[in-house]
Amino acid sequence: MMTSAQRTHLDDLENQSIFIFREAYHAFKNVCMPWSMGKDSNVLVWLARKAFLGRVPFPVLHIDTTYEFPEMLEFREWATKHHNLNLIVKTNTEARARGIGYETHDPVTVTHELKTVALQQVLTEYKWDALITGIRRDEDPTRAKERYFSPRNAQFEWDYKDQPPEFWGQFVTGVSKGEHVRVQPLLDWTEVDIWRYIQRENIPIPQMYFARSGKRFRSLGCSPITHPIVSTASTIDEIIAELEATKTTERAGRAQDHYERNAMQKLRAKGFL
Amino acid sequence: MSDKANAQRSTSGAEPNLKVVFVGHVDHGKSTLIGRILHDTDSLSEGKIEHVKKACTAEGMEFEFAFLLDALLEEQKQNVTIDTTEIPFRTTRRRYAIIDAPGHKEFLKNMITGASRADAAILVISADEGVREQSRRHAYLLSMLGIKHIIVVVNKMDLVDYSEKRFREIEQEYRKFLRELGLDARIFIPASAKEGENVARASMKMKWYGAANVLEALDLLEPQRRNVDLPLRFCVQDVYRFDGRRIVAGRIETGTLKVGDQLVFSPANKSSVVAAIERWNVQENGPAVAGDSIGITLSEQIFVERGYVASHENETPIEANRFHADLFWIVREPLRVAHLYNLRLATQDVKCEVVSIERVMDSSTLESKGDGREQLERNEIGRLTIQTRGRLVIDNHDRIPSLGRFVIIDDGQICGGGTIFGGVYSERSSGRGDLVDRAFWRREIDHRTGT
Repeated sequence: MMTSAQRTHLDDLENQSIFIFREAYHAFKNVCMPWSMGKDSNVLVWLARKAFLGRVPFPVLHIDTTYEFPEMLEFREWATKHHNLNLIVKTNTEARARGIGYETHDPVTVTHELKTVALQQVLTEYKWDALITGIRRDEDPTRAKERYFSPRNAQFEWDYKDQPPEFWGQFVTGVSKGEHVRVQPLLDWTEVDIWRYIQRENIPIPQMYFARSGKRFRSLGCSPITHPIVSTASTIDEIIAELEATKTTERAGRAQDHYERNAMQKLRAKGFL
Repeated sequence: MSDKANAQRSTSGAEPNLKVVFVGHVDHGKSTLIGRILHDTDSLSEGKIEHVKKACTAEGMEFEFAFLLDALLEEQKQNVTIDTTEIPFRTTRRRYAIIDAPGHKEFLKNMITGASRADAAILVISADEGVREQSRRHAYLLSMLGIKHIIVVVNKMDLVDYSEKRFREIEQEYRKFLRELGLDARIFIPASAKEGENVARASMKMKWYGAANVLEALDLLEPQRRNVDLPLRFCVQDVYRFDGRRIVAGRIETGTLKVGDQLVFSPANKSSVVAAIERWNVQENGPAVAGDSIGITLSEQIFVERGYVASHENETPIEANRFHADLFWIVREPLRVAHLYNLRLATQDVKCEVVSIERVMDSSTLESKGDGREQLERNEIGRLTIQTRGRLVIDNHDRIPSLGRFVIIDDGQICGGGTIFGGVYSERSSGRGDLVDRAFWRREIDHRTGT
């Protein structure tokens, strides 16, 4: 018989995430789950299958900036079939037509146009009232302040100075027209938790996270502004050992976060995940 | 082996971390204490301290440990913590997550949001100012939130010349207050976060103290016990019919559940046997315990929907449409008697109204502020009677916390939280109406008001 002593930290995290998934699926009529194909995103898909007994009962959304790594797109095709996902792909073609791109514009502008605005466009089209996202508190100081259920107004803005209370497993579920709620089942997970869980569950992820020729990607985004780190970690055990020794932040290789002071706060207040 | 190598080794397992909320009156030094802990446990990312020091020089300010926390621009401007954050650190024993809760009065909802997730609390009191309004109010809320592990840090001892006499005065006064709330602090620690005295190392300036420093005191705490030994409460979140099967999905709040168990579903009081426990992609599909999110199939098809609570036959919860509760209110618009609200308790959601407010407590003095009031203002705690439309499945908060607490919703917003007391369990709950024992309730009031 299972006792409380045998339960691990990962068991606690997994069960809490499943609980949040099920609350969201009940509370909202029209749910969508953004899927970047990154490690957290794949854990999110996995947990959705845990919550709904093997299936993902809502569409997943890939915001394709047209600056994706080819390997990620290959993974997208494979994983869509593997998990039997209902995949929606969205590109802000209007911004690309206007010439918005990393070749000519700064990363904050491009990220806003090709990710956040693209998300706004597709949200207006499909009228989703909840987006299930894979953000974690330990990724960034602004994400540390998030709620499990975090409302966004019709302009997509996040009022981080006046967030709803959240306790005893009760969440804000009321939305007005045009508003949506970000549901964030991975909020309590750390980067190391994510890796341990990927290892325990054998969750498929892109191979770019593992070292090749002395480098690996710790976090994945658009190819022109995402840089690999120097690493020899080619297994999950080695990655975990590396993370436990490092003091560099996870998103250090993501240029849009560091382009200007408080870049991440500005991006997120305007609707970035 | 060095401390650091030791820390790496002992935290490399996947054991749960301990969540600690830091509360206390504004400017009593919570952020400084957290900054000091992060600094002394070497938990900051590369270059963080240099970065903050440089920013301080640029703005002509003296470096403070509190700034290490203030990642957002607004915080640095106002010099107050605006919202709950969570920050990890490690000791030789385990991993911790610090929940920083703001001290300003208007941010009570953030403090509750943070504290409700905590296993333990550090209550910071400044040695020079002593016990203040929020020192008391926060302790009151911790007691309602059910947090039992409390460490009191008497900070800023450097401002009172590390005086033992001053420390003992505060300890005596505050212990008395906590006792009235039914709380017992594990330890009182005299410290100076600014100078690093008694935080991560023993203080040479307070040799009269000689007990655990802050990190040692944290390491001595055991995580709050899981509710495996309590009666079973399986709260239904949803019923899924993705394939031919009808799967009842939910979370075990307390107790254990296994295949073959005879379950009683409240409020309908229909029974059925657990045919299977449904989980996806698991190694071992054993019994489910408190905290598990599972699905079950039943051997007989009975009507079950979201909000139902399953229990074992001889340990059923109370069903009632009228009960007594203590309620804290956190929004500007006051709670009004006879106004229609929504009440959510676990996965139940019903309409309710407050029938009467028996008394309003000033949470900082524990004094009663007059009977017969018609409304409850923000930051007040009231003892009241609630009437629901339709049966509610409840437990007393002191018996089964997760079924003994609820939130009040108005216009889609969470406005307050309450804990239930005084409900009477029948021999075998069989759906009687109002099960509140009035004699018990009367005695309870008399006891607590000292009349």
